[in-house]
Amino acid sequence: MKKKKWFIILLYFFLCVTGFGQDAASLLQKVKEKLGKINDYRATGIMKTEASFLKVPEANVTIYYKRPDKLKIKNEKGISLVPKGALSISLSNLLKGNYTVIDAGARAVQNDKLKIIKLLPLDENPDIVLSTLYIDANKALVTKAITTTKDNGTYEVDLSYGKYIAYALPDKAVFTFNTKDYKLPEGVTFDYDDGTKKKTKSAVSANKGKVEIDYSSYSINQGLPDGVFK
Amino acid sequence: MWKLLKIELFKIFKRPRTYISFGAIAAMILIIQLGLKFDGKSYLQLLMSGISDSFYVPYDMILNGYLVAFVILNTLLIQVPLLIALVAGDAVAGEANMGTLRLLVTKPVSRTELMLAKFFASVVYTVLLLIWMALLALCLSMLFFGTNDMLVVRNDVMEQISRNDVLWRYIAAFGYASVALSTVAALAFFLSVFAENSIGPIVSTISIVVVLTILSEMKIPLYDDTVKPYLFTSHMLAWKGFFYSKANGNGQAIAGSVENMPAILRSLGVLLAYMIAFVTSAIIVFRRKDILS
Repeated sequence: MKKKKWFIILLYFFLCVTGFGQDAASLLQKVKEKLGKINDYRATGIMKTEASFLKVPEANVTIYYKRPDKLKIKNEKGISLVPKGALSISLSNLLKGNYTVIDAGARAVQNDKLKIIKLLPLDENPDIVLSTLYIDANKALVTKAITTTKDNGTYEVDLSYGKYIAYALPDKAVFTFNTKDYKLPEGVTFDYDDGTKKKTKSAVSANKGKVEIDYSSYSINQGLPDGVFK
Repeated sequence: MWKLLKIELFKIFKRPRTYISFGAIAAMILIIQLGLKFDGKSYLQLLMSGISDSFYVPYDMILNGYLVAFVILNTLLIQVPLLIALVAGDAVAGEANMGTLRLLVTKPVSRTELMLAKFFASVVYTVLLLIWMALLALCLSMLFFGTNDMLVVRNDVMEQISRNDVLWRYIAAFGYASVALSTVAALAFFLSVFAENSIGPIVSTISIVVVLTILSEMKIPLYDDTVKPYLFTSHMLAWKGFFYSKANGNGQAIAGSVENMPAILRSLGVLLAYMIAFVTSAIIVFRRKDILS
């Protein structure tokens, strides 16, 4: 009787773990299928860059994407300082390669129940150490991704969807990244000292940066030459 | 007065030494442009070392005519006062040395008019030198390196100015620089009144400007608040203030704005006060001077 009881308990745990694992994998598969509809896109939008040591105007940018992992953010009328790791605003880049899918539970955010899935790369020497995805299971949409890299710290991407939800393309992407201290010797810059005390110029913390892209339009699967990404 | 000014300008531009400054500026600018054309990336890598770990830096786009002109002005506006002193320091002392000063004051013009004409002639020379510098540093750089957004690298912050928001800042900066350099001309002019040959006032002006510039750039807490604000050299760099823009609440640069306009105007006021003080003192001393040469 006792043996039977233990067998039932073990079976229950086994079914739970494998069942959830399959659930997470199938949800991820749904997300991939949705993203798989896109071979390339050209999007326009407004990019705002925020970091404690940067004073950059809003820029009208064009974002080019081509499967599997090409992404380019271009300011057609000027210079854009694009943070390293910004490739992760394209989810297809995060979901490529081999990894183990781990179900990390669920969380309710503003009436939506989000499934949390962690991706552990199987490669020997991956750049990305761990990715955590927050997925709206009902819509099969990733709303947040946290990526921990080997060399460049942790990136976070928050995605909001609207007009292009059918293609899983966001209307707004907020990319948060780590920055290092910035300081140049005064003997190099010869700044004009106007006598005022310096104050923090940004709402973001000293070692964090933020890039916000508000997409205004997408042109999907129209074909893009590789030259765009050079 | 206009006739006197024309005579003084004629004297300045008749002397070969006047053109040394124009030649020296052209040579310095061309050398810097050439250096940046061939090895600008190394220079930029040094400047951008603070952000290149976190951002992709498009060096080829950043190295454009606007940035090159800023680098040139940064370098030259420390040397140009020396060239201004060459002419302004010679204004009165040069005449004394040649023995023409006594003859000059026998003419039916007041000594004040004579001094004002000499000073304004030095100012005209200063402005022409700046226009020459603007043509070479800005226009030639725009031609050689093209234009794009301008990055201004400061000690603790890096600013980006949209390309269509840059030119008016240069015009304002050159306007300000003409006042700053005219102040140096006024100092050399003032010292020129005391000397019998021009070497003394030229070397004295150069020495004063160099020493005070070093003092202005040093960071000593007690001295920062007490002495530094009163040195005219501390205010000569205020032309750069036109390239510092205001930021909105999210830290984005606001197009067409200047971070601290009242401070620039205050600096302008200090320079004008110095200039008026130097010229007035020079006139007072000259009016009372017993001219023997």
